[in-house]
Amino acid sequence: MRKGLHLMGEELRPPSNRARRHLLSIADLDRDDIERLLATARSFARSLERELKKLPTLRGRTVVNVFYESSTRTSSSFELAAKRLSADTMSIKAAGSAVDKGESLKDTALTLDAYDPDVIVLRHPQIGAPQLVARLTEAHVVNAGDGKHQHPTQALLDLYTLQEAFDRLDGLHVAIVGDVLHSRVARSLIEALGRVGAHVTLVAPPTLLPRGIDAMGCEVSSDIQAIGAADVVYCLRMQRERMQAGASYIPSLREYAACFGITPERLRPGQKVMHPGPMNRGVEIDPRVADGDTLIETQVRAGLVVRMAVLYDLLTHGPVVVPVSQLEGVA
Amino acid sequence: MARQLLCTKDSPRDDLIIRGARVLDPVGSIDAALDVVVDRGLVSRLDQPGAAASRNGHRVIEAEGHLLAPAFIDPHVHLRTPGREDEETIASGTRAAAAGGYCAILAMPNTDPVTDCAAVLGTLLETARAEAEVPVGFLAAISREQAGATLTEMAELAGAGAVGFSDDGRPVADAGLMRRALQYSALTGRLLAVHCEEPALSRDGQMHEGAVSAELGFTGYPSVAESLMVERDLALARYEERPLHLLHLSARESVEALRAARAAGVAASAEVTPHHLCLTDEAVRSLDTNVKMNPPLRGESDRTALLEALRDGTIGAVATDHAPHARQEKEVPFEAAPFGVTGLETAFAALYTDLVAAGLLPLATLLERMSAGPARAYGLAPPRIAPGEPANLVLLDLDEHWRVEERDFRSLSGNSWLLGRTLQGRVRLTVADGRLAYAA
Repeated sequence: MRKGLHLMGEELRPPSNRARRHLLSIADLDRDDIERLLATARSFARSLERELKKLPTLRGRTVVNVFYESSTRTSSSFELAAKRLSADTMSIKAAGSAVDKGESLKDTALTLDAYDPDVIVLRHPQIGAPQLVARLTEAHVVNAGDGKHQHPTQALLDLYTLQEAFDRLDGLHVAIVGDVLHSRVARSLIEALGRVGAHVTLVAPPTLLPRGIDAMGCEVSSDIQAIGAADVVYCLRMQRERMQAGASYIPSLREYAACFGITPERLRPGQKVMHPGPMNRGVEIDPRVADGDTLIETQVRAGLVVRMAVLYDLLTHGPVVVPVSQLEGVA
Repeated sequence: MARQLLCTKDSPRDDLIIRGARVLDPVGSIDAALDVVVDRGLVSRLDQPGAAASRNGHRVIEAEGHLLAPAFIDPHVHLRTPGREDEETIASGTRAAAAGGYCAILAMPNTDPVTDCAAVLGTLLETARAEAEVPVGFLAAISREQAGATLTEMAELAGAGAVGFSDDGRPVADAGLMRRALQYSALTGRLLAVHCEEPALSRDGQMHEGAVSAELGFTGYPSVAESLMVERDLALARYEERPLHLLHLSARESVEALRAARAAGVAASAEVTPHHLCLTDEAVRSLDTNVKMNPPLRGESDRTALLEALRDGTIGAVATDHAPHARQEKEVPFEAAPFGVTGLETAFAALYTDLVAAGLLPLATLLERMSAGPARAYGLAPPRIAPGEPANLVLLDLDEHWRVEERDFRSLSGNSWLLGRTLQGRVRLTVADGRLAYAA
């Protein structure tokens, strides 16, 4: 154990805090895991308030970010999270790598594995990619988004944001509005909110609601007025890049905005608005809402500390239990 | 008649005495312990157990405690030849078939190049005569290059030995072409076998559309994409008064349409795969590419409807849809993987374990649907255990438990949905057209 860093001993850890090897899906986590990760993230948030923001916790560890899809906030926050914890980082983008030369995901994974990374953070357009990499490597694998399947750290940062704003998760009512069909964010979030006792209503045109989604334990509506009862309105991005070419999911963005866009008029006072970004202003979210009082910036900041918590948790298998104020002389 | 369409390696036929097995022939209504004597490839006598005296030159197999049944026929195999001989060849595929208890298989024409002309078909038949371990028949394509635009030269292909016609792997999307195929194939006396899929509804589909696909985020391939095409093709077959074979049914609605059409007098037959009888879309949660197939695994009500149809004979045949794929093609994310799984070497054991031993299907029914059923659909002589009949026999140990391991496959590909599973019931011996094709 490093000097100055006080961690709970293996024997003192509550039995429910069992080590997780990977974070591929919210299904990998139970409620205790989620609460532990959020608590760890809160500790890191306090550490980031200090002048020296770097912690030595993961010194000597290597985190590889592999992004087969474009990303701004996820890739930058994972990289900064690793750096804040003193890990070495390496970022690989599909463009300009051996992937351009036709290298298979398997061979890329085996190549990276030869460097003995501790964590591989993977974003990939195809469902099942992180599961494949997890099978092929010794590293801990974190899913940073696989196709339309899962984006678990996004859901965790959303829970963190909700917890900060409401000081509770149990019993919250969240309306998720928009392109559910193509959204990995929605799938992870529905599952995560269910785990912590929150209530979910999906609101979308019928063509963008996957058949059978109600089996995940949420209400489903195609009436925008269904957002009225919610504490939070969570806007999804219209994912034009994932839509089948020529498939007419909606007649036009104009009509979508008219029927489902989140405008000030459709919100009631006190309702909070969230959006995972990037936003299509004027489509799913009215610019007056986007520039108003939302939780969107909190989400971005939460992204950093939650990803720090995820990396920390996978590599140390335990919670931070000592207040960060006591972590003296560690920068 | 059509039997001669099946080709195999020419080698001397065997003399065998199989002693003391329980002989179960659902077609001949035999279920008794008997000695079976095979002379030069023909069943010559059925004797009381112990009565068949050893004869000079006859190989004697002591089979007490085992089950002897008419060997199986698989009406739906992809031999990947020509074009993908790294995945399967006629030699390896027929070796796998023999190990699975099959005395005959039918190969699909979605090869590269497509089996759509007499030249390609002739080469396949010639290769089969040189290397096939069990008799193999070949279907030819309905449309040239299976492109769905122009009919193949069906008369010439039938004359050259095509067992039937199919664009398997894809539907005949154009209803007009399907109608003409039904009309024109009457010239040949051969069956059309159709892969029912409405492409506008299945596009980009990765798995059955339902709660599991909604949760996993996969683009759905809904049941109606199959059943709509089933209904269209049955309507055309009814209008043209032509027989039709429906390949690998997966959806309850398809079964309902088939049952109604048969009741209305349409000469429609159908097949179902072991994986559609044993698994549901829940299996896809594993994201294992060896549960990705077309048509996809569907829901529990679909599975039970298929089983009921197999039991009552609405679906008369079990077909493996044995679809070998190279390891590098399946060792990719689920969404990038090709459709298809192998099945020749595991079909009986999987169905015996999950259906017969589980009390869901009588053994005699399973044996009938794996042997006489497929033969009937294609107008082939059903394998029988009776004096004068060619010996097409499978000897089964119904008590043996065995673990499915990739290294044990004779198939060149290991993309089985059963890897690592322990199954009950094992093929001990296969006699195909009078030749001992497999013995373990």
